Amino acid sequence: MKIHIKNGRLIDPASATDRALDLFIGAGRVVGIGTPPAGFEANSVLDASGCVVCPGLIDLSARLREPGFEYKATLESEMAAAVAGGVTRLVCPPDTDPPLDEPGLVEMLTHRARHPGFAHVHPMGALTIGLAGERLTEMAELAEAGCISFGQANRTIVDTQVLMRAMQYAATFDFPVWLQPQDPFLGKRGVAHDGEVAARLGLPGIPVVAETIAIAALVNLARATGARLHLRRLSSAEGLAMVVAARESGLPISCDVTINNLHLSEHDIAWFDPHTRLDPPLRAAADREALRAGLASGAVDVLCSDHTPVDDDGKQMPFEEAEVGATGLELLLPMTLKWAAEMKLPLATALARITADPARVLGIDSGCLKLGAAADICVFDPAAEYVVSRENLKSQGKNTPFLGKAFPGRVRYTLIDGRLAWDGTGTLS
Amino acid sequence: MSVTTHGGNPQLNRHGELNHLITIEGLPRDVLTRILDTAAPFTEVAEREVKKLPLLRGKSVFNLFFENSTRTRTTFEIAAKRLSADVINLNISTSSANKGETLLDTVDNLAAMQADMFVVRHASSGAPYLIAQHLAATGRDHIHVVNAGDGRHAHPTQGLLDMYTIRHFKKDFTRLTVAVVGDILHSRVARSQIHALKTLGVPEVRVIAPKTLLPAAVDRLGVRVFNDMQEGLRGVDVVMMLRLQNERMQGALLPSTQEFFKSWGLTPEKLALAKPDAIVMHPGPMNRGVEIDSAVADGRQAVILPQVTFGIAVRMAVMAMLGGN
Amino acid sequence: MPIPQLPDAEALCGALADAMRPHVDASATALVGIHTGGVWIAERLHAALGLKIALGSIDVSFHRDDYNQRGLHANARSSQIPFDVDGAHIVIVDDVLYTGRTIRAAMNEIFDYGRPGRVDLAVLSDRGGRELPVAPTWCPHALSLPVAQMLALERSDDGRLSFRLMEK
Repeated sequence: MKIHIKNGRLIDPASATDRALDLFIGAGRVVGIGTPPAGFEANSVLDASGCVVCPGLIDLSARLREPGFEYKATLESEMAAAVAGGVTRLVCPPDTDPPLDEPGLVEMLTHRARHPGFAHVHPMGALTIGLAGERLTEMAELAEAGCISFGQANRTIVDTQVLMRAMQYAATFDFPVWLQPQDPFLGKRGVAHDGEVAARLGLPGIPVVAETIAIAALVNLARATGARLHLRRLSSAEGLAMVVAARESGLPISCDVTINNLHLSEHDIAWFDPHTRLDPPLRAAADREALRAGLASGAVDVLCSDHTPVDDDGKQMPFEEAEVGATGLELLLPMTLKWAAEMKLPLATALARITADPARVLGIDSGCLKLGAAADICVFDPAAEYVVSRENLKSQGKNTPFLGKAFPGRVRYTLIDGRLAWDGTGTLS
Repeated sequence: MSVTTHGGNPQLNRHGELNHLITIEGLPRDVLTRILDTAAPFTEVAEREVKKLPLLRGKSVFNLFFENSTRTRTTFEIAAKRLSADVINLNISTSSANKGETLLDTVDNLAAMQADMFVVRHASSGAPYLIAQHLAATGRDHIHVVNAGDGRHAHPTQGLLDMYTIRHFKKDFTRLTVAVVGDILHSRVARSQIHALKTLGVPEVRVIAPKTLLPAAVDRLGVRVFNDMQEGLRGVDVVMMLRLQNERMQGALLPSTQEFFKSWGLTPEKLALAKPDAIVMHPGPMNRGVEIDSAVADGRQAVILPQVTFGIAVRMAVMAMLGGN
Repeated sequence: MPIPQLPDAEALCGALADAMRPHVDASATALVGIHTGGVWIAERLHAALGLKIALGSIDVSFHRDDYNQRGLHANARSSQIPFDVDGAHIVIVDDVLYTGRTIRAAMNEIFDYGRPGRVDLAVLSDRGGRELPVAPTWCPHALSLPVAQMLALERSDDGRLSFRLMEK
């Protein structure tokens, strides 16, 4: 299928390109930038007037809920959400049911996900069996089955001996270890940031030290074991400062933040809104400001959605009892654009955090538009508004604190391996 | 799921009248004062031969207690019956919830039984808000919700009866120094008291507790923090004691009740540091020898029994005001 | 419609006391005034008739029949009945009799305290417009007023009582 994407503003953060350039696609790859290859005759022409043409978005944390949680969401619905949001590649955490701790399960998932029109799925493997923090998984086998990294979702390994061994074993194969820094005891019963709002509303708190103590432990273990560490879902200014200090001392750690911690703070809990029941919790305004500045400077490498569909029953509970998480695949782009506009950042810098930079963390050759690259492409209108509503959300999870709000950025086209997967109205697969 | 509410405070209807009583936080001073003023004539009803007023006749008040409490439930029951309401008691902890019925399903079932008012006690902060929002979203905002205590968040009728008690004995809020003593961290009573005291214009509100029993950002509640009870009680007009629960020893918050009593128990010696006419209050039930010495509890400065009497009148006032809106 | 001549409230109090005197027992008749105007008149009558039993007062707010329409009245006061109602001769005292609903509420309130032996009603003026079968035992003055008008009793700073016409 030969496709000509014309009249668009091409932004490729990896090559620092940002100008009006047409794009030419053939056999699933980029075959021409600006000018077509000789003899190119397009089967299909996509008009990208007024739009940005950029690499398909890469989301480093999106729960697909299969296997095991099909009543919350299915692969089909969440893949529809992904392409509607311009996401062409995503990493799903290992906390499915059963968890991704066996090669057979991983193969089943990758097989299910290998479908034209579906985003590329990189499963994260469990670091320990059952995510229970006791015995190691067969990491080599899991990597062969397709796992791109290893982690524990949001379950912590309590026994530091096991944690160290797990990181050493992963380091043996140079497998990346992606962990959310949280102390298993501090804030175990907490549901909100241990600050002013929790004090007023009488909510059990999760102090910042729950994150910083864990970061200190993980940084020291990474240094001792040589494991490649990526810290997921930072939530605090102090935590980010520790990561920066570790990097300055020579340790190559990467980290990400979610769209929720980027835009919201504890005050957004308002009247106990269960849509703000999140892990990590929404922290103080100062923490949010530090994360926003850190993402702009590159101290935070990547922005992810942390997409977690929850059914209505799971959310319509008192705050302390509500299920944790927010839907987000379709919000990754609008939230990035909103943050970029508020911070007055060049679009290329902002888009890097959801294209080239996640590709770098993943260690794959993707997230860029160079000749020969796979044609995973997102075409979006930066001026059009995306209204977050139950009807507009393609995900089965309608649980987002941003319901009813409007943000800049509508995806017009999404292409995966050179095939049109989304044309602004519906998924095509 | 978010529901727009008039003026932002889900307790007030579009006319600024009280539609639910969920928390004292955010209620304007004149609303609190009106509740206290309305309670005054209700105190006299208990002296009559026929201790009943017809205001809620034909109305059904459902006591939804997801957390057990015979005391609080009984006072609400007495208050509702004195207003001639029909009272239905539901101890949900032993019935539907255990069978897996969600909170909102339970509410829907009961609303279908022509309830006019829900008095709700729940172990999770924010549960009454969820119920009120759900009722509004499903077109049943004629059903009023009264919070009888939710998690650590609020116990507004207790806060109000405590304010009524202070006004009865001390008259002018704007000249007082008030100390709240004990487990502030876990106490919905303390939070309601603090909001009420500040809204009614008490110039100095103190909290006295060990660090383990204070919320991390407690100073943001506008209170003066003391860990030392001798210092904290100096010159105080009102001492509000809180109950200490046994579970606190399990959570590594305190070593023992003996040690707690030594540092934060109210004894005659410590009380002597307050003003000579200071009053001593306690929401009950008291742990004698843990937070309060018997000599003080039974002494002339304690107003704990009047609190109970005022509590019925205040709850009558709240239900009568809601029932007519 | 010509503005009716308003009566002299002070004179009417005297006339009311004269009408009641042959029928009350100074040591056994109790007066209960309805807030606020009825209390003022009851104070006059109590003195004029030399009654021994302490004066009672009622706020009918909690027995009104319009609670569901209008909610709880803002300035409800305590009722004070400082004598034993059982078997008593009680005279309810109010300033203006109109629909009769206030008197019904006052009787309900009194019956919450016990079972009186006999209840009489003394009002200063009857403006007509009854909606319930209530009639005064003693009433020295009557006049007819349109629905839109209210007759109200006032007391000046020096204690003088007078009537005033108000638009509703």
